[in-house]
Amino acid sequence: MFYNILQTRNLVPDVNLMKVEAPDIAKAAKAGQFVILRIDESGERIPLTIADFDVDEGSITVIYQVMGKTTKQLTTLKTGETLQDFVGPLGTPSDIRKLGTVVMVGGGVGVAPVYPQARAYREAGNHVISIIGARNEEMLILEDEMAEVSDELYVATDDGSKGHHGFVTDIVKDILDSDQQVDRIVIIGPPIMMKVGAGVTASYGVETLVNLNPIMIDGTGMCGGCRVSVGGETKFACVDGPEFDAADVDFDLMMSRLSFYRPQEKEALESYNKKCGDDCKCH
Amino acid sequence: MSLKQEMPEQKPEERIGNFDEVALGYTEQQAVIEAGRCLECKNPQCVAGCPVNIDIPGFVSRIKNKDFDRAIGILKESNALPAICGRVCPQEEQCEKFCILGKKGQPLAIGRLERFCADYERDAGVKSPEKPKSSGKNVAVIGAGPAGLTAAAELAKAGHGVTIYEALHEPGGVLTYGIPEFRLPKDIVRQEVDYIRNLGVDIKVDYVIGRIKTLDELRDEFDAVFVGTGAGLPRFMRIEGENLNGVYSANEFLTRVNLMKAYRFPDYDTPIKCGNKVVVVGAGNVAMDAARSALRLGAEEVTVVYRRSEAEMSARIEEVEHAKEEGVVFNLLTNPVRILEGENKTVTGVECVNMELGEPDESGRRRPIPIEGSEHVIDADIIIVAIGTSPNPVIFAGSEELETTSKGTIVVDEDAMSSLAGLCAGGDVVTGAATVISAMGAGKQAVATINRYIENRS
Repeated sequence: MFYNILQTRNLVPDVNLMKVEAPDIAKAAKAGQFVILRIDESGERIPLTIADFDVDEGSITVIYQVMGKTTKQLTTLKTGETLQDFVGPLGTPSDIRKLGTVVMVGGGVGVAPVYPQARAYREAGNHVISIIGARNEEMLILEDEMAEVSDELYVATDDGSKGHHGFVTDIVKDILDSDQQVDRIVIIGPPIMMKVGAGVTASYGVETLVNLNPIMIDGTGMCGGCRVSVGGETKFACVDGPEFDAADVDFDLMMSRLSFYRPQEKEALESYNKKCGDDCKCH
Repeated sequence: MSLKQEMPEQKPEERIGNFDEVALGYTEQQAVIEAGRCLECKNPQCVAGCPVNIDIPGFVSRIKNKDFDRAIGILKESNALPAICGRVCPQEEQCEKFCILGKKGQPLAIGRLERFCADYERDAGVKSPEKPKSSGKNVAVIGAGPAGLTAAAELAKAGHGVTIYEALHEPGGVLTYGIPEFRLPKDIVRQEVDYIRNLGVDIKVDYVIGRIKTLDELRDEFDAVFVGTGAGLPRFMRIEGENLNGVYSANEFLTRVNLMKAYRFPDYDTPIKCGNKVVVVGAGNVAMDAARSALRLGAEEVTVVYRRSEAEMSARIEEVEHAKEEGVVFNLLTNPVRILEGENKTVTGVECVNMELGEPDESGRRRPIPIEGSEHVIDADIIIVAIGTSPNPVIFAGSEELETTSKGTIVVDEDAMSSLAGLCAGGDVVTGAATVISAMGAGKQAVATINRYIENRS
């Protein structure tokens, strides 16, 4: 199968948006689900959270950070070109219903999966407070989109170039320390951010959910590569998740499993760079 | 009594350095000699031993007369996948088990002759099948593994429009992701799949039923549905350390190697870590496939750990022999109890206990019992868990009224019909993990039911 790329756009340095024609997936997709794509015959399968879906247009949007060989190769693909495989919607949809006030926290490229969830929580009748963060102002994504689907929006940057000087979790703590009633917190971002966030919210007794993105192959429960330890039990993030209760997740195990193929990932990227270089002409 | 013709094979010391097929296939001369051993029994028992009822004496006699075209024609009347069955069927448990020659000597090498015919046709160029007259009815088949492909071929022969939905990016199911190249070359699988496409079957890959569409939606869209999604969910041992880096399910290890071609990394993007010391837990065909793949990936030492004895191993004898020839070590009556952790949550070994066999358990096999004080450590940097699989529940999402067992298999009646009208199921998703050929037999049987169902409704 081949899937048409309808749009590609660079959002901020090393973070790109790609819209893919996939009408059946768009029809079935719900917030919190993901897709797996493969660029070509020799490609690997990588999971990417659905950042947006449009039933009328029949499209799925993903946003990815350039990390290794596959994501680097993705940046070379242009509108009108194709992906060999695009599978979804995978994973159990997020548990979205009317709760009252929901705090949505997104860090870095993690703002992308937060966006459709924030929208869905709002549509379900919740008061949505969103907190988004990045290293600096230049790296902040989807600020306008998030503002549109949030009742309140806060920004944090590591260097203070925009909004709060510090981490998104600082703002979470401030909200929890205030009189504001909070019924649920959703945190999505780099694993270390989710771990720290889970630590911050734990003592307040507010339900906190995270979305995990471990290494996967099939994304349907077949390989078990994505297993995570949740509340002492082994879960497959691809079918049991990707959403889990933050208090139960063994983040250290997940982070070490994410690093297992680092040397190979480096080798693949180097081999790709040698073949293609930055001024790649073969695509 | 005469002996069967030896199968030409790659030598063990050569083959552990490559992923090429181990068994090379009979020459024409060997096939004719072997076919000549058939006693042409008036009442052939072999056919009853075949789950898809191939006319075995029929095709064998054509080989004897060197009419190979007719031989493959007879095979394909009953079996859409002869090149695959000739390679991976456990013939010693089926057709060959009933061969009269086997009573006093070696049975006829029926599987090898089947493979010979399929390979002959491949070399000669596969003829496109004739497309039958359309019935005007459409059937959905879920899963492009042995059960689904067989069902699709039979449904197409009955004139139905057939759409197969496959979750992975390549059809074949376990034939593609599970069984390694050295036992079943992927070109062969592709060729058999192409034959099924040429029957008019539409195969939609990248399509996860239960997520993108539910079974109920398919029942509305099609006149009938066949579910052949197999047993794809890996079982783990539930022991300490099982989520450490370096512990693979056999499914993951083999999928990386076979479907994703990790053995050709970095030409193919998917990596695999094979390590120096590999421990494979389990003693079925999947365990043998994993152990032998690990050797080929460069592991220095591969040990199979199994809690029962050699007699209870479920792998085919031929596979165990191949593994032994290649240097796989077997630690039998040994059971893992804990996986040991080193730096960065990485495996350093596995603690095992020795076992002895007690009274038979519910499976009829003698129950293994731990021997107190026999704890010992086997060093390992990779552990592959190959203790079985169960049906994948993803398929059932949104169709909860479909009756299933506590083991996650679909409940069907003797005609393969499930609790939902017009929805048949067969293969591992009904029986739990079994063989390629039994899944094919189930696919075939289900089609007879579907044909009756469609006829009664129109």
